[in-house]
Amino acid sequence: MGTAIATQESLAEQFKRSGKRARRGTFLLVLPLLAFLTLTFLLPIGNMLSRSIGDPTVAEVLPRTAAALRAWNGKGRPPFSAYSALADDLVRAEREGRIGKVATRMNFERAGMRSLIMKTARVASTFEPPYAQAFNAVDLQWSDPEVWGTLRHASATNTMGYYVSALDQTRTADGKWVPKPEEDQVYIMLFERTLWVAGLVTLLCFVLGYPLAYYIARQDDRTRNLLLILVLLPFWTSLLVRTTAWIALLQTNGIVNDGIALFGGDGARLELVHNMTGTLIAMTHILLPFMILPTYSVMLSVPPALTRAAISLGATPWTAFWRVYFPMTLPGAAAGGLLVFILALGYYITPALVGGRTGQLISNMIQFHMQTSLNWGLAAALGGILLAGVVVLYVIYARVIGLNRLRLG
Amino acid sequence: MAEKNESKFGWSRIEGGLTKAYAIGVMVFLIAPLLIIVPLSFNAEPYFTFTSKMLSLDPSGFSLRWYSDIVDNPQWLEAIGNSLVIAIASTFLATVLGTLAAIGLARSNMPFRDFFMALLISPLVVPIVIAAAGMYFFYSSIGLAQTHLGIIMAHTALGVPFVVITMTATLSSFDRNLIRAAGSLGADPITAFFRVTLPLVAPGMISGALFAFAASFDEVVTVLFLGGPEQRTIPRQMWSGIREQISPTILAVATLLIIFSSLLLLAVEMLRRWHTPPGAPIKR
Repeated sequence: MGTAIATQESLAEQFKRSGKRARRGTFLLVLPLLAFLTLTFLLPIGNMLSRSIGDPTVAEVLPRTAAALRAWNGKGRPPFSAYSALADDLVRAEREGRIGKVATRMNFERAGMRSLIMKTARVASTFEPPYAQAFNAVDLQWSDPEVWGTLRHASATNTMGYYVSALDQTRTADGKWVPKPEEDQVYIMLFERTLWVAGLVTLLCFVLGYPLAYYIARQDDRTRNLLLILVLLPFWTSLLVRTTAWIALLQTNGIVNDGIALFGGDGARLELVHNMTGTLIAMTHILLPFMILPTYSVMLSVPPALTRAAISLGATPWTAFWRVYFPMTLPGAAAGGLLVFILALGYYITPALVGGRTGQLISNMIQFHMQTSLNWGLAAALGGILLAGVVVLYVIYARVIGLNRLRLG
Repeated sequence: MAEKNESKFGWSRIEGGLTKAYAIGVMVFLIAPLLIIVPLSFNAEPYFTFTSKMLSLDPSGFSLRWYSDIVDNPQWLEAIGNSLVIAIASTFLATVLGTLAAIGLARSNMPFRDFFMALLISPLVVPIVIAAAGMYFFYSSIGLAQTHLGIIMAHTALGVPFVVITMTATLSSFDRNLIRAAGSLGADPITAFFRVTLPLVAPGMISGALFAFAASFDEVVTVLFLGGPEQRTIPRQMWSGIREQISPTILAVATLLIIFSSLLLLAVEMLRRWHTPPGAPIKR
């Protein structure tokens, strides 16, 4: 009896162990790709986003100043120790040739800081106590607590400063967030515009795509396959080719405008590209297949007998469509719509090429701060906000719609 | 829903006609921009519109000059070479890594399956500028910026979701009993994989690879961030062509790319049919 129980237990144990081993084997299949993506994709993004909350530049180049300002609460005058610490740090940074870096960095925080720091650093080696007077003698801006407050925020290794700027706020010396003057607000407007464009493109894709999917789903097999291939062709064609096509079609001397002129336009050429109109048209064209394909595949699974039954029970064809067919196909349209919306939020290439000045989206601003203004912290903060939105929607997609619905044609 | 017994009211005919007209309109919106590029690329004049000579089908209105521009331009030739090398290498990596992962993901005993699946597909939805910016910092710090290898790795990451999606879909209709049968007949797991699993999932794998290839072949943003002058690809050339001096050479390249993508699409469609022949035993 005792031995029987022992063997049973060991059998259960063995079973459990082999299950565990099999699970480990399964995980090992996924591991190479997981490791690869972590290294080449996930870590780089995490590393980039970490720049949004901390930029070590100022604390590294001006370590004593950073320490002295950390002890200050930001109210009133900075401590005298901060003046002498900054004088020391500036002399050393000037000698080591690192002053330009920190001056540029400070200029993102406050306009004019670059020249202030550069000119002070040049003469800092001649400073003698009392340092406060020496600084004020170079430039009276040093008597402004706001300047020191900015320096204090920027020298903190943990800063929300970039998020403050990314949300069009500014910080007073004692750390309160207040909205920037209206004429300096850019980013909130860009986020709103991006949301608005993504929403409008999704709506346009639905209005154009749903009826087409409905039409294709009702054809016989041969026609259906042919039409589907025609829908897939633009899907497979290079994005740059499609964008080029729209530029060729829509520009002021392009075919659309020529056609309008031919059929009795009043001679005025429409501005269809290099503005918001261009962005909307090209984005809708590029994202439309993402709406059609899932809608179509759900439509195929709706038995035609259902609407017939509704009609035989006295519904008008419209009621049968609206009350029976449409609700059943809505999950497909929702899957397509959510995907279109997610992809549209991060659109970069099309707005950059056909958007002109008015059709730029938030991604274009991130690229600007990455490559032109070199304000990487701000680019990271803007990217962090955008990515947070995309991730939330992606999680909703995965949980509500399911990733196995994600089909490519 | 076109009901014959309703047609006496005329509704279904009107409705059918309207739907058809609308559907054709949307089809034109989808296809026409691509089709119009093709004749425009044979324009003898440096314009982006049909000249009167072209409209009257005068042969002197057409020429191949923009095509010979491509062949005569070493920059374009180098770009074509770079694009091919990068796309082939990243497709190979993405297909191998993605197929292995999909086999794991398709098993019922995969721990945290949904989470890992979401993670592995995420390159498809993460805004490309964010990914490219991250890669720029990271690859620069390990010396991979401005190298072919850096771009190949970036494109592999971006191509992987296509392989994973296609392969998990293919494997979901794959009958695991076939592997058990192979095992009972004496095949070891590796033999069973190469002799049974692989031939059956090959069509899905090739479609996934073609998707990954097309994705790399069309990718420009990571090239803009990571690439140097040595890494100019076709999309990178087109990008600067569109931004700086837009010439009909772009249209000639676009036409060639349209033909190329049509071939890829047809290949995938044929694979789809190969994958699900009528009454195929593997389909449940």
